[in-house]
Amino acid sequence: MAGPSSYAEAAAELASRPGHTNLRATLVRWLLIAMSLTFLGALLAAPLAAVFATALSKGWDAYFSSFADPDTRAAIRLTLITAAVVVPLNTVFGITAAWCIAKFEFRGKSFLITLIDLPLAVSPVVSGLIYVLLFGLNGWFGAWLQEHEISVVYALPGIILATMFVTFPYVARELIPLMQQLGNDEEEAAITLGAGGWFTFFRVTLPRIRWGLVYGVILCNARAMGEFGAVSVVSGNIRGLTTTMPLHIEILYNEYNFVGAFAVASMLSMLAVVTLIIKTLVERSGYRRR
Amino acid sequence: MKSVAQREPNVIPGFGITLGFTTFFLCAIVLIPLAALVLKAGGMDWSRFIDVITSARAVASYRLSFGASMVAAGVNMVFGFALAWTLVRYDFPGRKFVDAIIDMPFALPTAVSGIALTTVFAANGWIGQYLEPLGIKVAYTWIGITVALTLIGMPFVVRTVQPAIQEVQRDLEDAAETLGAGRFYVFRRIIVPTVLPALLTGFTLAFARAVGEYGSVIFIAGNMPMKTEITPLLIVIRLEEFDYAGAAALGVVMLAISFVMLLAINLLQAWGRKRMTVSR
Repeated sequence: MAGPSSYAEAAAELASRPGHTNLRATLVRWLLIAMSLTFLGALLAAPLAAVFATALSKGWDAYFSSFADPDTRAAIRLTLITAAVVVPLNTVFGITAAWCIAKFEFRGKSFLITLIDLPLAVSPVVSGLIYVLLFGLNGWFGAWLQEHEISVVYALPGIILATMFVTFPYVARELIPLMQQLGNDEEEAAITLGAGGWFTFFRVTLPRIRWGLVYGVILCNARAMGEFGAVSVVSGNIRGLTTTMPLHIEILYNEYNFVGAFAVASMLSMLAVVTLIIKTLVERSGYRRR
Repeated sequence: MKSVAQREPNVIPGFGITLGFTTFFLCAIVLIPLAALVLKAGGMDWSRFIDVITSARAVASYRLSFGASMVAAGVNMVFGFALAWTLVRYDFPGRKFVDAIIDMPFALPTAVSGIALTTVFAANGWIGQYLEPLGIKVAYTWIGITVALTLIGMPFVVRTVQPAIQEVQRDLEDAAETLGAGRFYVFRRIIVPTVLPALLTGFTLAFARAVGEYGSVIFIAGNMPMKTEITPLLIVIRLEEFDYAGAAALGVVMLAISFVMLLAINLLQAWGRKRMTVSR
């Protein structure tokens, strides 16, 4: 066996001393840091900066006046309405699902968890397609809906359904592992001492899961406001009527109205930044994802 | 004292109602609509179904979707590992900030990243203008598609690999080096085996997300049939032609791919857990 040279031996010994770094380790370290930061810079920082640079390329007046466009306002309103319906519903679902999965033992539980996670694996386009097939004119309920003059596809209900599908697992998958880890002892104690179910939930469970809940809700909201593929398939892209903010960006962009498109994009980017800030604050408070 | 194994009646209320509500909601929003897709495609004539999913245009789109997603996930495996390693092992100014913005692609709407990447990588864009003289066209080619898919897959790899790197036992590395092992030997024999399950899980998660991605790709892709047309876009085109059966058939192919990916991810995670417990 070829023994290490005396230099390598000395270097290895030096490297093994706590707190000591040799030249090669320092070189590798700065190389890796440079490589990581270049990658992030080209892929993430430059595009984000480009959003704001393009939005402001014709000055602040042009930037602000693009929000005066009635279609842009309608898109912002539609996005807010969609999120206002979808996020509370999926929050209620997430809490309910987490309660039944974390607090009780039953057969088929892991299968149920897999089914709840399913929408995360499905392509956004397929998520929209399934509602078109159900509620579109040739769909299962299409004829019935037309008879009763209810429009689902190419209207608000379809947008809400598709967004619900896409954001379905967000709150549940945050709460299930958290509640499983917290266990049942405190709830059992409260119930044994005579507290009712709702009282136990609001006074015992909720304070303990609040950070996980906030985490799930903000991610759900970010996805609900930003969903493009699924909503694009069901919306029909009727300008000013069924275009949410991401769809409106597409319309403006295809019309070469770059200031307008990037102005709306800058709003959604700020939403993403706020989401990340809240997320970081929640993690600072001691919450750890499981 | 009762033994733990003995089943106690659960005093917590609400099992029936929460399970009922969960199942109902799941069926209404997820399962019945997905079943509608499968039944719609199943209602097609079998030979027509095969014709649709093996048409030259569809096959070209699979090749692009799979190829670009594979390359993107591979790029992410390399750079994601470097990023995760940098964040876990090194301290440098702005480390916390970098750690926080890794999740940006999760929070950033895909339409925004799509138009932003197109602007940056177009021939006159900030980065594209330096690549153009080298003969590298990014926007409106498969390279652009790969760049978009790399961005959306990046956090999956970093966030899966980060905890695994924390698991690498540094005293083991130190011991190996004291015994004369070179840095590369330590990397190959200690670091790679510990991180490998996480790295492959991250790769699969990034790949699974990339195959179905639509929003960030269509802006940068150019969307030429047979050349830069991804499968999700082909589904949208079929829908716009009111060819519902054709769209459903391609949708079923995508859904089947999703199921295979889910299975692969579960198997990889189980393997990773097993490796972790054995090594302890």
